[in-house]
Amino acid sequence: MRATDNMSIAEKLMAVSWPFLLLVTAVASVGFMSLYSAAGGSWEPWAGKQLVRFLVGMAGLLVVGLIDIRVWMRLAYPIFAIVCLLLIYVDIKGHIGMGAQRWINMGFIQLQPSEIMKVATVLALARFFHGATAEDVRNPLFLAAPLGLVAVPILLVVIQPDLGTALMIVFATAAMFFIAGVSYWVFAAAGAGCLAIMPVAWHFLHDYQKKRVLTFLDPESDPLGAGYHITQSKIALGSGGITGKGFLQGTQSKLNFLPEKQTDFIFTLFTEEWGFIGGLGLMGLFAMIIVYGYIMALNIQNQFGRLLAMGIITNFSFYIFINIGMVMGLLPVVGVPLALISYGGTAMLSVLFGFGLLMSAHVHRDVKFTRRGLNIA
Amino acid sequence: MNRDMERYKEFTRRAFIVGLAQTALFGTLAARLGYLQLVEKEKFQTLSDRNRISLRLIPAGRGEIMDRFGVPLAINSQNFRAFLVPEQADDVNATLDKLSKVIPVTDFDRQEVLAEIKKHRQFTPILVKENLTWDDMARAELNLPELPGVSMDEGEVRSYPFGDATAHIIGYVGRVSESEMTNDPIMMIPGFRIGKSGVEKKFDETLRGVAGQVQAEVNVVGREIRELNHTDAKKGHRLTLTLDADLQMQCQEMLKVEKSAAAIAMDAHTGEVYALCSHPSFDPNVFSRGIPADLWEELLADDTHPLTNKAVAGQYPPGSTFKMVTALAILEAGISPGASVFCPGYYMLGKQKFHCWKPAGHGTVNVNGALCMSCDTYFYEMGKRIGVDAIARMARRLGLGSKLDFDVPGEGAGLIPDRAWKMKRYKQPWHQGETLNSAIGQGHTLTTPLQLATMTARLVNGGKLVKPVLVRSIEEEGNQIPDWQDGKFNQEHLKIVMRGMSSVVNEQRGTAYGARITEAPYSMGGKTGTAQVRRITAAQRAAGVKNEDLPWKFRHHALFVGYGPVDAPKYVTAVIVEHGVGGAKAAAPIARDILTAMQKRDPRRIHTVDDAVEAAARQQQEKK
Repeated sequence: MRATDNMSIAEKLMAVSWPFLLLVTAVASVGFMSLYSAAGGSWEPWAGKQLVRFLVGMAGLLVVGLIDIRVWMRLAYPIFAIVCLLLIYVDIKGHIGMGAQRWINMGFIQLQPSEIMKVATVLALARFFHGATAEDVRNPLFLAAPLGLVAVPILLVVIQPDLGTALMIVFATAAMFFIAGVSYWVFAAAGAGCLAIMPVAWHFLHDYQKKRVLTFLDPESDPLGAGYHITQSKIALGSGGITGKGFLQGTQSKLNFLPEKQTDFIFTLFTEEWGFIGGLGLMGLFAMIIVYGYIMALNIQNQFGRLLAMGIITNFSFYIFINIGMVMGLLPVVGVPLALISYGGTAMLSVLFGFGLLMSAHVHRDVKFTRRGLNIA
Repeated sequence: MNRDMERYKEFTRRAFIVGLAQTALFGTLAARLGYLQLVEKEKFQTLSDRNRISLRLIPAGRGEIMDRFGVPLAINSQNFRAFLVPEQADDVNATLDKLSKVIPVTDFDRQEVLAEIKKHRQFTPILVKENLTWDDMARAELNLPELPGVSMDEGEVRSYPFGDATAHIIGYVGRVSESEMTNDPIMMIPGFRIGKSGVEKKFDETLRGVAGQVQAEVNVVGREIRELNHTDAKKGHRLTLTLDADLQMQCQEMLKVEKSAAAIAMDAHTGEVYALCSHPSFDPNVFSRGIPADLWEELLADDTHPLTNKAVAGQYPPGSTFKMVTALAILEAGISPGASVFCPGYYMLGKQKFHCWKPAGHGTVNVNGALCMSCDTYFYEMGKRIGVDAIARMARRLGLGSKLDFDVPGEGAGLIPDRAWKMKRYKQPWHQGETLNSAIGQGHTLTTPLQLATMTARLVNGGKLVKPVLVRSIEEEGNQIPDWQDGKFNQEHLKIVMRGMSSVVNEQRGTAYGARITEAPYSMGGKTGTAQVRRITAAQRAAGVKNEDLPWKFRHHALFVGYGPVDAPKYVTAVIVEHGVGGAKAAAPIARDILTAMQKRDPRRIHTVDDAVEAAARQQQEKK
């Protein structure tokens, strides 16, 4: 592709990675299938709505992707600020669902600002580090600014309380820092610091959060209470065997032994029905999306685009690892959905928005610009 | 530009590291998935099944108990019950109000129901009332539309048509107690009743059947979704007893004139028990439905012991009914039947004086006369001559001194003392005076009425080692009556003893002459017995105190053993009247009535159910 200042719509469309979108659609379809099964063989109440959201999201993805990457760079901080404001609004006056203030009821959709925050953080940090030189990045004091920036949303999310999403924002931040070239020593120090702070942090956890961690360490200690989810998930998963029980035949899910089967535990439902082969296959699809994202990122000629692309893809991979790790009993239950598959509007739109940004970075990969975002040849 | 290249290089380096980390994480996830689904699959498959599969037991019908002619003695009758499903009744209390207008529901019942509801899930049926009458049931059924959540159901309850007449033999059933629990899944069914006494207890495993099973798929709240598997329940086996229900009723009635008595009517050759009565008795139907506490206390405190089967468990000194044993032992020892002893009304053993029951004495008596008139002196002298061990040996050959493996639990073992026993038990040597007591069935000697009947049977059936049998056949297992071994007794001796027993009743000087059967062509022979409960002191004797003047519980027991007909004996009986004072007066008349009834009815000649069935089958075969 020739690097030009402005491409036509047609040229942009040609530059879109259609194989990537195909993979995304494939994964989403697995989601529809699973939601169909979760509802006992019916499009209502989940699969149908999810399909609509997906189609809307895909349309949005293309729109976002066709918008010039330089526009996004200019919008990075404003978007970040707006989402922070939304978080504040939610914290003050949110819709109380599931014992936490996380959603804004906008009538046609329940908006969860903390979900969008993940993408907004990536966007903002990409913008920040685009303007940084290699020396800047090696200077630890230089990092005070972005840390301060990110601390705001993290704290706002933690007090909701939503430990899971807060952690994901922290991970996304850490990933961005790492990719941007922050020195290894900083990470070592941060790691040590975390270990030191853990006993103190433990004290600040809510009871149910403490229980979640303890139950994770020993699920059998409370198999009917806090350990119930994990125990049931492992049972459903394990009993799937190599080939699974068959589509619509998942007994654990059908008979309601598996809780949250359309949201957090949807991977369990899927593998109970499709077995190890199905599970591995789905994970393979996810892997392919991530690899594709990588390749796209490596071919981008500008720092902002690269950082944005890697950030989005890494953020996406966190959904996968944390959710699947959780349902298999490797991590405590933290309420992180499985991207593209779990039932939920905000997560789906947030992920697709992120992919839109990724696509924008990819379509405009040959565009080079200075630290100030101006075009130079 | 250069800076950008630098940044790009750093970027690719970092991207590579992140990529490695992600690959490692993916690998971990895949490995974990593999572990759960491939390695631990069995475990999770089992847990998954355990979640969703629930086992429900189906109750098995209890086998019936019949008498020898097929007359039902223990059956399962309908138990009409009312249930309430809380989630289907909008207002439980209102529904209970309405229900109590139709069937009797007490405040206590209500409390129970409300308490049970709290313990179970809302869709579990709770028992409100059982043992309803047909009328109650019908009324409730009619009003069901107004009683949301109420359902009527027919269960089984054990019922005994003959009530107290058969209570001691059949026994009763009740809820399973902790100590009775076994692994048999049928015990888990709430309505299950286990045999608590009598035949119901001894043959419980045969009668109870095998529980069936339904494997059902359930969801997380335990609601049944569908049936996966079904095994039918197997009804328990039917038991046919040797009993003759009609005779049993008659015997029980005969005993009712006394305060406390027991009797057995048995076949001399086969050992089949036709009647076995203990008075007073109790109504087992009350027990099956749940006995109220005050009634239970009453029964326990009653000093005539209505709950004890005296015929089988009661251990009494046999008194003079033991003399046949001594007589046989004497003859066996070689003493001639003509050998005689002079009875002046007492016997001197060294300086000790032993009294004969007739103060004036019997004069010169041989074995026949001694039996006929029940002379103690004869047996004192002869018993002394042969020694207690010889007497004990003969007693055991005749079935005394140990349990007879009878089909009703709670048998008494009795006691036949000898030198070895005394040494073991009291660490003291045997005194000759004790031999004298043993010879006339007093002292340490103890027997049950069952043992006495057995002894009599062995004496009159030619010496076959018969034992009492209660169960004639078990459905699918066939005939339960064994062939009896020959006891190798001297037939001449047996005849002599029998002649003695006949003369007790049929000769004028016999102690039971007054109780002889006068109704032709029936006849009987036997032996009276009076068992001392408390020794009469010399002072009392001098004052002329008679036993019947003492308070009831100090009076002697009255015993009688008999057989009939005299010439070719078929039936035997043993009767005891507690504290009846004299065997001739109290026990002999009852024995006469029993033996008359048996000979009239002739239960051994009338075909039993099995014989009838067999005969019919043979006829069918012959037709073909």
